[in-house]
Amino acid sequence: MDRTWNNCRNDFPLLQEKVNDEPLVYLDNAATTQKPRSVIQASTDFYEHFNANIYRGVHTLSQRATAAYEAVRREAAEFIGAKSSAEIVFTKGTTDSLNMVAFGWALHRLGPGDEIAVSPAEHHSNLVPWQQVAKLTGAHLVYLPLADDGQLDLGLARVLIDDRTKLVALAQVTNVLGTIVPIKEVAKIAHQHGAKIVVDGAQAAGHLPVDVQDLDADFYAFSGHKMLAQTGVGVLYGKYDLLEQLTPFEFGGEMIDSVGLDEATFKEPPLKFEAGTQNISGVLSLGAAINYLLAIGQEEIARREQELTQDLLKQLTGLSGVTVYGPKIGTPRGPIVSFNLDGVHPHDLATALDLQGIAIRAGHHCAQPLLAWLGCSATARASLALYNNEEDLAALVKGVENAKEFFAHGLGKIE
Amino acid sequence: MGLEKLNNLYRDLLLDYANHPKHAKLLPDASRELTLHNTTCGDSLHLTAVIKDQTIAQIGYQAAGCTISQASASIMSEAVLGKKTSEAQRMTLAFSKMTLGEELSPQEQDLLGDATLLSGVAQFPARIKCATMAWKAIYQLVEECQEDKHE
Repeated sequence: MDRTWNNCRNDFPLLQEKVNDEPLVYLDNAATTQKPRSVIQASTDFYEHFNANIYRGVHTLSQRATAAYEAVRREAAEFIGAKSSAEIVFTKGTTDSLNMVAFGWALHRLGPGDEIAVSPAEHHSNLVPWQQVAKLTGAHLVYLPLADDGQLDLGLARVLIDDRTKLVALAQVTNVLGTIVPIKEVAKIAHQHGAKIVVDGAQAAGHLPVDVQDLDADFYAFSGHKMLAQTGVGVLYGKYDLLEQLTPFEFGGEMIDSVGLDEATFKEPPLKFEAGTQNISGVLSLGAAINYLLAIGQEEIARREQELTQDLLKQLTGLSGVTVYGPKIGTPRGPIVSFNLDGVHPHDLATALDLQGIAIRAGHHCAQPLLAWLGCSATARASLALYNNEEDLAALVKGVENAKEFFAHGLGKIE
Repeated sequence: MGLEKLNNLYRDLLLDYANHPKHAKLLPDASRELTLHNTTCGDSLHLTAVIKDQTIAQIGYQAAGCTISQASASIMSEAVLGKKTSEAQRMTLAFSKMTLGEELSPQEQDLLGDATLLSGVAQFPARIKCATMAWKAIYQLVEECQEDKHE
């Protein structure tokens, strides 16, 4: 039935690799996804055919590079439903984007008595910058509680977000439990109190259709490399009037309007935030990734990943000795499943899986407050992408059973 | 390849150390203590010791982490107990050499004793830090002790 999905796999050269003499089963997509040939080719084409610096040259190559770079800005705007491409700032990634909002916007607008609302499920990159802003401005961090299954408790959010709240910072899809946060509803609550909402879209973009206008997000951050593009490129979306209020924190070439001996004036957003020579090949790879995803269809990808995720949840839940964290089977979630095997530390499990060619993540997943909330110091995490299939899930389940057998009955018994 | 390579890493005696840890209790009257975290994975080790006349007279720890880090803490504490602080540091250096896959001299092997059970970790680069944390902890603890003496 999934002939086309399996055909997709051929687009990803790395999936043909063997790891520890076993066919690779790549289930660490929340860390970074593999890249389709078209994405790899986009960087290669740039360097082989039109490598030049952007904006600066009158020569043909520079114009070609500039046109290609700006075309991706339009594609990225369409990809997330922005009103205009002027609302798309290219960054190094989600962390960079969130720090731009923290230190270019929040730092200048918050003061003692103000509140920043976050959840305990945030990735450190959507938490530590706000801790720093709070420290520097005297604002308070307020944690919006999670329900027992790890989903944001919207009722309590409604109570805790009030007129003191100036900023709400939440992931759209959380990176350990895969919970989908009702951003649209939270944005409505935030806006009723005059607060802004910044969304960490690192685990959402490329997995779910994203429409920033429908969500009414004030800022939206995502990374290229978690949605098939290369590393070192990402996007900060901001409503244009907010980008106008944002202070750049990198100054230098190409972001200026005119420079005198003591003063300089700056360009309008988004170029104001892109000081120095940008990651041109990265941006072009992002364009290729967006086109690859759109050719398959965002809705189709979300449906396929949801189906596989629910299947994986069912299979892992059915294994004795396995604890699966987060929302129950049947509740929609991002393609992320965290679990533990009784009596086997996740690092030991990850090593045992690695020897069977299966790549998962083990540890605290840059979300220590959430791990504390779960009451464990580490979990194993399998995370899916559009190219994973039923065989990958079966391999993981078998791999976990083998590991369990190995650690329970030890040693020397497995040939 | 399957799981047989795991046997090189998780040997019976090693699992025994991890499952029946020695000295896995903080000393109430420690003269020295130190906590280390493995920031990439969240493992932690709280090491306490009584050091008298440059000798490790008592040792105890509390560790959270994987089998490798637990076993290593257990082996380390047993191995350095009653030893001179300088010898504990020499052991750390030999252990570190072993985890990098370098050949140990017969003297170094003797020095390390059961700690050589962890030699298999050299084949698992991602797990070297799990094994070395306990040894790093005793090395630093001794070093801090020596620095204070020089003051």
